Amino acid sequence: MSGIKRDHGRFKDIVRGRIRKNLKNFISQGEMIARQGKDGKVSIPMPQIRLPKFIFGDNKKGGVAQGEGNEGDPVKGMQEQPGQGEAGQGEGQHELEVEVSLEELAEMLGEELELPKIEPKGAKEVTTKNYKYSGINKFGPQSLRHYKRTYKEALKRQISSGVYNPEKPVIIPIKSDFRFRGWAESPRPQTNAVIIYIMDVSGSMGDVQKDIVRNEAFLIDTWLRSQYKDIERRYIIHDATAKEVDQDTFYRTRESGGTLISSAYKLLVDMVTKDYAASEWNIYPFHFSDGDNWSTEDTKVCLDMLREQVLPVVNQFSYGQVESRYGSGQFFKDLIEAFNQNEKLVASRIPDREGIYDSIKQFLGAGR
Amino acid sequence: MLTEELVKWRNLARERAVEYGLDFYEVIYEVVSDHEMNELASLGGFPQRYPHWRFGMEYDRLSKSYAYGLSKIYEMVINTDPCYAYLMSSNSLLEQKLVMAHVYGHADFFKNNVYFSHTNRRMLDQMANHGVRIRKIQERYGVEPVEEFIDCCLSLENLIDHHAAAIKRKRDPKAPEKDIYAATAKESPKLKAKNYMDKFINPIEYVKEQEAKIEEQRLVEERFPDLTDRDVLGYLLQNAQLNPWQQEVLSIIRDEAYYFAPQAQTKIMNEGWASYWHTKIMTKHLLTDAEVIDYACVHSGTVATQPGSLNPYKLGLELFRNIEERWDKGQYGRDWEECDDYIAKARWDKKTGKGRDKIFEVRKLYNDITFIDTFMTEDFCREHKMFTFAFNDRSGQHEIQSREFSQVKQQLLTSLTNFGQPLIEVVDSNFENRGELLLRHTFDGRELKLDMADLTLINLAKVWGRPVNIATAVEGKPILITCNGEEVKSKPLS
Repeated sequence: MSGIKRDHGRFKDIVRGRIRKNLKNFISQGEMIARQGKDGKVSIPMPQIRLPKFIFGDNKKGGVAQGEGNEGDPVKGMQEQPGQGEAGQGEGQHELEVEVSLEELAEMLGEELELPKIEPKGAKEVTTKNYKYSGINKFGPQSLRHYKRTYKEALKRQISSGVYNPEKPVIIPIKSDFRFRGWAESPRPQTNAVIIYIMDVSGSMGDVQKDIVRNEAFLIDTWLRSQYKDIERRYIIHDATAKEVDQDTFYRTRESGGTLISSAYKLLVDMVTKDYAASEWNIYPFHFSDGDNWSTEDTKVCLDMLREQVLPVVNQFSYGQVESRYGSGQFFKDLIEAFNQNEKLVASRIPDREGIYDSIKQFLGAGR
Repeated sequence: MLTEELVKWRNLARERAVEYGLDFYEVIYEVVSDHEMNELASLGGFPQRYPHWRFGMEYDRLSKSYAYGLSKIYEMVINTDPCYAYLMSSNSLLEQKLVMAHVYGHADFFKNNVYFSHTNRRMLDQMANHGVRIRKIQERYGVEPVEEFIDCCLSLENLIDHHAAAIKRKRDPKAPEKDIYAATAKESPKLKAKNYMDKFINPIEYVKEQEAKIEEQRLVEERFPDLTDRDVLGYLLQNAQLNPWQQEVLSIIRDEAYYFAPQAQTKIMNEGWASYWHTKIMTKHLLTDAEVIDYACVHSGTVATQPGSLNPYKLGLELFRNIEERWDKGQYGRDWEECDDYIAKARWDKKTGKGRDKIFEVRKLYNDITFIDTFMTEDFCREHKMFTFAFNDRSGQHEIQSREFSQVKQQLLTSLTNFGQPLIEVVDSNFENRGELLLRHTFDGRELKLDMADLTLINLAKVWGRPVNIATAVEGKPILITCNGEEVKSKPLS
């Protein structure tokens, strides 16, 4: 094995936490953040291990550059967020933006996070037939003739029989050379999936928290969409009351005031009983909150509801707690305490943008 | 192996380079695939290195950014005799020509610049030997412990004395030991007494007792090293309590750090010099008419400036050109400096024609800091629209701070000083008489990144084997950070 392969393998093992666990604190995962919209740009995660060194802090960040502008003008084209890069010591950026399609993104996501393929549950009886041109036949209708393969066969035959003249390359296929596209019929269990996003939009959820939710939801969406043919999405926002909204509103709304998580769960239960029969649907509720509930009574109501009405019907209930300055984070603890044994409930803390990556791994790592 | 076509162009480029007076070790070109290039680049240009995950990390980064079309390495050249240069196989013919001309510039710089004079030109073998040695150590003591120790050493890798090669800081061990404590010794142990009373007030036993006390005090206060030492790695190598294998590893890391140091020290000059020569050789000789537009495109790509940073290719190239022009026209010396007449200065041309000689001299004797300090003039600064910028917390963006020449130059030099690394030296290895190591960070207004410093201290303690300390400053107040191997504490220094 060549040296670099070994080093590369070792590096990947360290990043995945298989060996040298003491280096874990020095790994910056980098984020795979996709910008929504037409441009479809995605940052590729570039895990880096930075060994500690004596370096300058960033209290005197600045430098020399050249270009137009007056004193006091912003430097054109520079990244506006100072927190992310390194202290201008030429360490280089760790995130690279490239344009990729959603399929590629899902593939990368699966590869980087080592996500397992999901085993869909659902009515196995309900099947649809799927046709796919997957093979090559020697017989078939002219409309399915495969030119390239046909000519290749002809060329092979001519060369082996010595007829082929490279000076005057004329290839004439005869009947036995013809190749046609063949199709296969595969029964495909009809699987339906629905993702229900629930977000706490109470006063304590700031723009930073929302941004985290938005990014995480988008990546979850991308992954689940690559796993199911059709997928429905529903959005619920709540503060003291809950309502269903469209995607756009979901990400934009900012309410103020208290939080009654039970209101959202009630709506969730209604939605599921009305529209999504558990026998036919794969149901994925994701709830994002800062973990501050109004009262312990309400938390109790939530827990009961989860236990009796939600968990039995869903594939997995995911709770993501976005840390915020104002949230107590109590709900996370309550959930863990109540459902420690139940593998259908996954709770994860998302301390900051870098945490998105780990959180998704927790949510989707089980392959349910 | 080069194709016939490339051999033809290489010979042409080489011929021209020699005619212009470039002087280099023979350059051996290899055309390599993208995989090979990424591999070589992640190994710092050397096909054989010691095994370490960090090379794998670099490879991961390079191959990903190449795969997604974000960056591409055109060439890579290493400082050896003969000089090896790798050319990316996907380069167009024009790019290969340009790159070969560029490489001759680097090769000349490696051979002639004084800061490279101490480097081992047989580093290819040396690196391979390092690899063999570390592999043997790993076979014997296990992969993990050795790798962990390498990590500790790498964590301290930047603590070397960049001028060690040029300046002799240590006393010659063979020279007679000077008693630097003579001053202390002169301090009389006797109490003050008139002559005739002396033997009563200072009886012999008392004097002896006092002398012994002073001697004891001197030993307590004696510092080792007696001079501060910036070569922290070298100091550790000689004085830390290390196993033989650890010593071997540390010495390998140190050797390699010193080998690579001059490249960081002369980045602007080296790239500027190579760019100067690829432009000259390409535009005057190698370019065919059909290639002009493509050439302009590739060349401008290499000298393009990104917002918020300086491009060393561009800065170096322009400075060399500026020097050449000034020495061609005699725009230097007292007359020039003292001339106040704007028009006279603009028309100044004494036809001295010393430009070419001057830039060859500069490429021999300067490094980035002295290069910019000596040759970056106010006119140059203005002409190239240079400015300093800083982050404005209030507006949340980077803003242009000043176009003042002195400030731009100051900022630039500061950022280059000690490679933009904090200045740290060993002050005492028997700190508080407890065998603790004391480092000192020379505070110049820029604070250390404290969380990083704590972690580095933990690694340093592992190498030193006893508690370690660093004196630095936070918010202008001096503090001492101490690490006993696990815990890190800091306290204000009075």
